[in-house]
Order: sequence, then C-alpha cells, then structure tokens
Amino acid sequence: MTLDLRVFELDGETGANGTDQENGISAVLDVLGQAFGVVTEHGAGARQHTWLDTFDWRLYRAGLVLEYEHARRGGRLVLNRDGAPEAEQPVQGWRTSRPRLAADLPAGPIRDQVLKLASPRALLPMATAVGTVTVTRLLNADGKTVARLTVDHSTVTRGDRTVPLPLRLAITEVRGYPGQARRAAQLVAGAPGVSQADRSAFATALAALGRHPNDYSGGVTAEITAQMPASVAVATLLLSLLDTLEQNVDGTLRDIDTEFLHDLRVAVRRTRSAIKLLGDVLPAGLAEAYAPEFKWLGDLTTPTRDLDVHLLGFDAMAESLVAASPADLEPFRAFLARRRVREVRRLATGLRSARFRATTDHWRKALLEVRDARPARKSPTADELAVARTSRTFRKVASHGAAITAASPPTALHDLRKRCKELRYVLEFFAPLHNPVVYRKVLGDLKQLQDCLGEFQDSQVQREEIHALADAMLAERAAPATTLLAMGEIAANLALRQDEARAEFAQRFARFAGREGQQRFHVLLTRPSQ
Amino acid sequence: MKIYATYNIKGGVGKTTVAVNLAYLSATDGYRTLLWDLDPQGAASFMFRIKPRVKGGGKALIRGTKALDDAIKGTDFENLDLLPADFTYRNMDLLLGDASKKPTRKIAQLLRPLAAEYDHVFLDCPPSISLVSENVMHAADVLLVPLIPTTLSVRTLDQLTEFVGDFTGRRPQVRAFFSMVDRRKRLHQDITAKLSAERPGVAATVIPALSLIERMSVERAPVAAFAPRSQAASAFRALWAELNTDKKPDDNPVTG
Repeated sequence: MTLDLRVFELDGETGANGTDQENGISAVLDVLGQAFGVVTEHGAGARQHTWLDTFDWRLYRAGLVLEYEHARRGGRLVLNRDGAPEAEQPVQGWRTSRPRLAADLPAGPIRDQVLKLASPRALLPMATAVGTVTVTRLLNADGKTVARLTVDHSTVTRGDRTVPLPLRLAITEVRGYPGQARRAAQLVAGAPGVSQADRSAFATALAALGRHPNDYSGGVTAEITAQMPASVAVATLLLSLLDTLEQNVDGTLRDIDTEFLHDLRVAVRRTRSAIKLLGDVLPAGLAEAYAPEFKWLGDLTTPTRDLDVHLLGFDAMAESLVAASPADLEPFRAFLARRRVREVRRLATGLRSARFRATTDHWRKALLEVRDARPARKSPTADELAVARTSRTFRKVASHGAAITAASPPTALHDLRKRCKELRYVLEFFAPLHNPVVYRKVLGDLKQLQDCLGEFQDSQVQREEIHALADAMLAERAAPATTLLAMGEIAANLALRQDEARAEFAQRFARFAGREGQQRFHVLLTRPSQ
Repeated sequence: MKIYATYNIKGGVGKTTVAVNLAYLSATDGYRTLLWDLDPQGAASFMFRIKPRVKGGGKALIRGTKALDDAIKGTDFENLDLLPADFTYRNMDLLLGDASKKPTRKIAQLLRPLAAEYDHVFLDCPPSISLVSENVMHAADVLLVPLIPTTLSVRTLDQLTEFVGDFTGRRPQVRAFFSMVDRRKRLHQDITAKLSAERPGVAATVIPALSLIERMSVERAPVAAFAPRSQAASAFRALWAELNTDKKPDDNPVTG
C-alpha cells in the first residue's frame, strides 16, 4: 500500500561511525522538519533480510530477487522483479540458515513462479543483512502521516568480521499523498552527506561480502583471447574447469541438491575432453598423467547421478503409465532412494579421499606453472589451435555419422554421441574466438542432434538399468509383482522412445552435417586473413 | 475480498466507532483493509485525520468518471486505507437512482475491481433507509448491526433481518452486537444476556459505554491504537475475534 519512492545512502565518511551517523540523521530530520511534523516511532525494529537464489543464480538471471524478511511480527517472502515487488506472502518457521528446495516453499504465487525457474535446485541464502529499522512519520498540518522516512542500519558477517553496510534512508509514499512524498525526497536529497543509492540493498550486501550477482555459472567461462599462446589458453581453460569442479564439491558432499553433482560431472567430462583433444600442447606427460585420475573421478560420480536421473524423472515416468498405476511404482522409488543413500556415501568417501585432494591440488599447481611460464617462441596461438581442433573434431563427427545406416548397431550411435560431446566442448572452450551469430546457429543444430542421440542412448541405458534394478529388488525381496509389472511397462515405453529417436536421427544429422551445416562450419572457422 | 458493513437505521448507536476500530484491527492482523466512509458527515474520515473530500464528489465515483482506486488515501496505519467521505454523498440516493439499470447493486459493482487489492472492506453507512443502505446490504457479506439495549432496537433488528431475508439470490449474513452498554443498568444487563443467548446472530461480545471511546474524536485515532491496553480496546478485539472466526478458506492475511 506504500510505494518505495526514493532511496538514499548516508555517505561513507558521514556514516563511518556512530556519532557521525547520528549527526547525519539529525541533519536529515532537521531538513524534513522545515516542511513536516516529524515523529520518530519508539524503538527501532530489529529486522533480518536474507536474499535467496539457486547456486547458479537462476532467479537473478530471470530478473527476479527473492527476499525473506524476518521482523518481530513474523516472516514474509517478497519476490521483486526489476526492483519492484511482484508478490509477497507470509512464511512461518522458515530457517534461512540452511538451503531448502523450491518445492518446500509454502503454497502461493511465489512458490509457483520460483518452482518453475529453480527446480530442481535448492534456494541458498546468498546474503544476510541483520540490523534495525527506524521509522519516522512525516505529518501534515492536520497531524496526518503523509510520508515515512525509514532508516535501515544493517551489517553483514564476512568470515568472523561484522561489516557495516552504508546507512540506507528511504522515503515511502502514503497512498493518496504523492506530492508530499516527492517534497520529502527532495529535502532528503539536499541534506548534507546524503546521496542517491545507486544499487539495491541486495547488491550492497553482496558487495560487502566480496561477491557479486552471477558469480557462478556452470558454463565455460575461461577468458581466452585469439593471440594467447595455445598452451596458456588450454591451461587457463583447464584451471577454469577445475574452479567449477571444486566449487561444486561442498554442495555435492552436503547433498544440497542434485545439480551440484551434475555440474561437477560436467566439469570432469569437459576436463577429460580437453585433455584428450588439446592436451598435447601442455608439457609432455602432463595430460597422460592426469587422464586416468579424471576418469576415476568421472566413474566415481556415475552411480549417484544415474540414480538422480531416475528419481528426477520419476513422476513424469509414473504419469506415463497406461496399464499400471503410478502407486505401483512406489516400492521402486523407495528402492532407488535407499540405493542413493548408499551411493552418496561412497561418493563422499571418494571426494574426501587423499587421492582426490592430491589430484586437484597437483593438477592446479601444474596448470598454474604452464599458465605463468613463458611459452616457446614458435608456439601456436589459441585461435590456431581452436581452428585446427574444432575442424578435426567436426570431420570426425561428419564421417562417423555418415557411416551410420539403418542396419548399424546401437554402439555406432553411442560412439557418435561421444564425438558430438567432444565437438560441443571444443566449440564451447573457444566460444569467445568465434563469430557469435554463426556460433549460436552451429551450436543450436548440434544440440538438436545431441538431444536425439541422447534420447536414443539414455532410453537404452535406463531400460538396461531398470532390468538390473528389478533383479536387485527381487534379490532383496523388495519387489511386489505389481511393481515389477509397472517397471516392465516403463521399460517398454523407453524402448518406444528409443525407436522414435532412431527414426529421427537421419534428419537431425543431415541438418547438422549436410552441405549447409558444412558451409556454416567453414564460415565459423574461417578467419579474415585466410 | 470480504465486505463488512456497519448499519443501523438509527444514528448515534456506534456504527462509525465500530467500523473504525474493526477496520484497524483487521489491518493489524495483516489483512489489506479498506474503509469507505459513506456518511456525508465524514466522522470516520475525521478519525483518521483525512479531509472529507473526493475530487469530483460522489457523482464522479458513482458515474465511474473517477475510479474508486484513485480516491483512496492511506491512513497512518499499515494495511489500512480509507475512501473518504464527501459532502456530496448526501445526494447519493439520487446519483444511484440515475446511475444504472440495477441501482441497488451499484456499490457492489464499484467495489468489484478492488478485490485483488484488499482482503477486507468496511462500509460505514449513514443512518437511514435509503437506496444507499439497500446498496450497502447487497454489497456486504456481513451486515454488522450495532444495537443499543432497548426493546425497540431489537424490533429494528427483526425488521432488518426480514428485509434482508426477502432478497433474491445473495444475502448478507446479519451479525448484531450490543453497543453503548451501561453495565450498571439492569435493563441493559437483562436484554444483552437474554438476546445473546437466544439469538444466534447476536454476538456474545458487548461494547460498553466508555468515555475512552468518546475520546476517539479527540485523539483522532482508533481506540485500539491510542489506548491498546484499555477495556474498550479489549472489547473491540473480542468482537473482531468473534466476527472474524467465520473465514473462507482463501481469506488469509497477506503479511504475517
């Protein structure tokens, strides 16, 4: 019912210590007193703001900021879009200190919106500001409140330090009295030491924590330039992948949500592809020494991820049943969940092992040496490496794909899928060096081909896994006949999906690697001087 | 959006007092609340220190040239807004009569667009039998009828209940309560005790006659705001608690 009209900060120097802050606020109140009756409400209200988002900033990227505000009267969630409140709802018993899945939000408009964007990721507290809010009412000649001044004095905790945030002042409008709020804002703007706040409270809190929005992305974010020596570019790229890998270890160990492990695995796969496709520009022996370690790491993570895939798609799978009832599958879900507990434990042991620590520590040290070393005079540039290796990988995809006929065994398509993944990674590694328009088109077609091959292989793998899991359930006497029948129906559906994917393959491949696709690749890899 | 209206054919029975206090208590419970001061005397507007004036007057509101939304003013209290009185409301009967094919449903129609914005609306109705009061009865979900403890006022309640009972379609729930009760008077005690027990529509809570309630016009604020621990504030809180128990499933406050 009130609109945020103007937000200000007390300047750094003025707001640096308690006395200066008091003087600054007194000056503001004096200025306001020229035009209004000024009544400060008794007792500053304690308030805590926690801003929530997924680890990879899904809400922020969609232009949304989710805030949990806890005051004496209770808690409420506020969803802001582009700085303006879009929805709010009261929340009881929300503990912001620990992450929660979006699905755990209380039912309401906020949950509906957040769930679509965040799922299956958890909502993490990205920043928490604790402090007091003092409200001063501004009165007209009748003693009626026509605007309010709120002074927010908050701190954030960084490690074991308490960092004060700049004092935030806001004039809020009382409905029906816009002119008075404008006048109050003009007066505050002219008070000594006051300046317009140029960023949100969230951005201010993050900055005080040494962070900024979007400071994690699961994508390849290495800063590579065309003229960089190839060895330096590859080391930079691998260091960036190692950063991503390590950033996801804690979330995986705490099992916050399934996507930490997913991103960790992707970083490992990208690392393995980079070692295979580009490792020869690193000092002799380095790639060979670490390839088996990253294979071990990849294998370590596979069982848990496979179970995650089953569980994440479980509801959709259950809904697709025609003959059986979704309830028949519940023992299967319980079995998967039990298995997952066991596998997560095994995974955690691996991620806490000396072997893992040694691999990542030594790998980082070796890569830093390469990155910071003076490269040989005649070493190729990053761009030359990008053109040569992307071209080679594309040719492999084109020849493998062209050889596939209706009679080819499934392994031929599985093999092509691996080559396509390598091509995707090598394209992403060197994305900053390509024409962005052509790059997007090439990547779009490649993704479509990958989706088709993925559907083909995943359907087969999942079907085989369901057979294996059914055997295991029987062995544990955990499989009622109805459940096995329902699992059989799921397996049959997967076989149908696999057949459909196979039928689509020829068309998708032709679009990607046919004459037009080849021309696009040629344009992508042609440099102005060539 | 749930609409409450305070109504009695008689003046001076505590309609405005109860509308102001219940609207305030609704807002403090976290419900987004609007109070429409329909009485041209503007007592409710006065209590909230808001000028009893609407640009274009009642005519602009009834004819729709000014949206209700644009005339609303924020009070000094969170979640509580007021649609002020205007002296031209004294002609509202005529305006409503000219306004549309369904002159008794006009106020309900005007309030409809506010449904997304407010959880509770309180209509403070002037004392009369008129097209305005009939409009209010059609718009309201709950008719709050303050009664002073006399035999005659009970007859008025019967007449009102019968009148509302003849409505075709939607009928408001009639909830009466005793107001300005002097506990020292035997007659007051007898009537309040008897009717509260016998009549299901009569609230058990009574609002006593207290000088603190009269002070509202001096303090220009709800009694629960300027004297929250007083006996008067407790009485209004008890009445609100009794009336607000009959909730619809979606009738939840927005803020905690």
